[in-house]
Amino acid sequence: MKIDDNALIRMFRVSKHYASKPALINITLDIFKNEFVFFSGPSGAGKSTLLKILYLGQDITEGQVLIDGMNLARIPRHRAHMLRRKIGIIFQDYKLIPGKTVYQNVALVLEAKGLSQRFIQKKVHSVLRTVGMEDRKKSFPLSLSGGEQQKIAIARAMVGEPRIILADEPTGSLDVDAAHNVFELLTAYHKRGATILFATHDKDLIRNTKHRVIFLNHGRIQS
Amino acid sequence: MITLFIKKALQDISDNRFLNAITVVTIGLSILIISSFSLFFINTNALLNSWKQGIRVLVYLNSDATEANRLDLRYQLQQLQDIQELTFISKETALERLKSQMRNQSALLENLKKNPLPDAFEIRIVDASRELNQVAALAEKIKTFPQVAEVEYGQHFIARFSHIINIFKFVGYALGGLFFVATLFIIANTIRLVLYSRGEEIEIMRLVGATDRFITAPFYIEGLILSALGATLGLLALFIAYQLILSKFQSSLALASFEVQFLTIIQILIFIGISMLVGLLGCFLSLKQFLKN
Repeated sequence: MKIDDNALIRMFRVSKHYASKPALINITLDIFKNEFVFFSGPSGAGKSTLLKILYLGQDITEGQVLIDGMNLARIPRHRAHMLRRKIGIIFQDYKLIPGKTVYQNVALVLEAKGLSQRFIQKKVHSVLRTVGMEDRKKSFPLSLSGGEQQKIAIARAMVGEPRIILADEPTGSLDVDAAHNVFELLTAYHKRGATILFATHDKDLIRNTKHRVIFLNHGRIQS
Repeated sequence: MITLFIKKALQDISDNRFLNAITVVTIGLSILIISSFSLFFINTNALLNSWKQGIRVLVYLNSDATEANRLDLRYQLQQLQDIQELTFISKETALERLKSQMRNQSALLENLKKNPLPDAFEIRIVDASRELNQVAALAEKIKTFPQVAEVEYGQHFIARFSHIINIFKFVGYALGGLFFVATLFIIANTIRLVLYSRGEEIEIMRLVGATDRFITAPFYIEGLILSALGATLGLLALFIAYQLILSKFQSSLALASFEVQFLTIIQILIFIGISMLVGLLGCFLSLKQFLKN
């Protein structure tokens, strides 16, 4: 496969094994700036593992991964935040902190960067307005529906204005309307220049898409 | 940022009130026991020093000592550097003193055919030489003079008292060490429990780009607050106990012309400071292990 030097994300001959079981086998791919890429395939195909590798949630067994020029193998654990601040992550199970309000969950990303409370307040309100959840800022995650929780997770992923969004089955546990909303929000963010990596096994979502779709099966790229 | 960390720490303390209250009380008890030993040690040391300040050496002459022997001994004693004041106490004066001290039982002494007491010199030692070992050396030297029968300076009592203080000092150190370890583990364990109860939250914080410093700083502040509160509680309990004991034994202590002291502000601050350091160390141990996992 041809490797392009202008790629934002580059994976070269990447393999990942859990004990002796292979999860990804010899993956080589480039993802460019402002690309929207779907990763599709059945459960256990390796979609989540691939995304986990990109946010340093998993180490690779073989190969090399570069994100925005950073070699992930050379980022020590205590420096992982440097990469993660460039990435927004969305999970199927939302991963919101139940004891914190909607506002606090979103603000956490900016607080971790040491930004001023004034700026944080402005930014969080703005992003909550974008996802249509400003009026629920004082609610706790468990009092919200699945679709609403996912909107908060998207707001949290976007609030730091990352150049890359990794969305791991973000519509997996949502009804059709909620899934459509999530997709629309990510599409809007993509139009602002972000690169989106969207893992899904929802065939309807990718059927008529104009974006690149990468099929994974048994840890290998199929097309 | 520090305001945010303090807010988070206070929120954590409030969220885990029961666990933190137990931690504060346990630290308080440890500090109470250690500081009680310190207070006892400080006061007994002061008492011993006050006794040393008033130390007198009595040099008893041989019963067959002549006037010439006495004058000769006086001359020899005056040559010694450590002596500040030298007073001769004749056997007659000694007997009069004894009678006045015995008052009610003085009749016992009336029928004595012969004064059994020896002539003596009472020596007051210069300030710089009042250490027990220096007094002992001086006494040994005086004993070698041929006119001297015995030298007395309360050595047996002081030695015994010093021995008791040393035992208490040793027990104090041992208990101090034990409670240091106990406090360390209590803090470490409290922080560990909070860490495990918030494991998922910490993992999420990491995923959104929080540094280890951002995650751990509130825990360190929590450890500092808990240990400072514990130390303050322990010292407060000690102060109350001190006041109660003082009011109960005030009259007997006044008779002994010795004033029992409480810890000074500096000593109190040292206790709180040490407790806070232990708190930090406990947090460090827990967080190091947690972050490694």
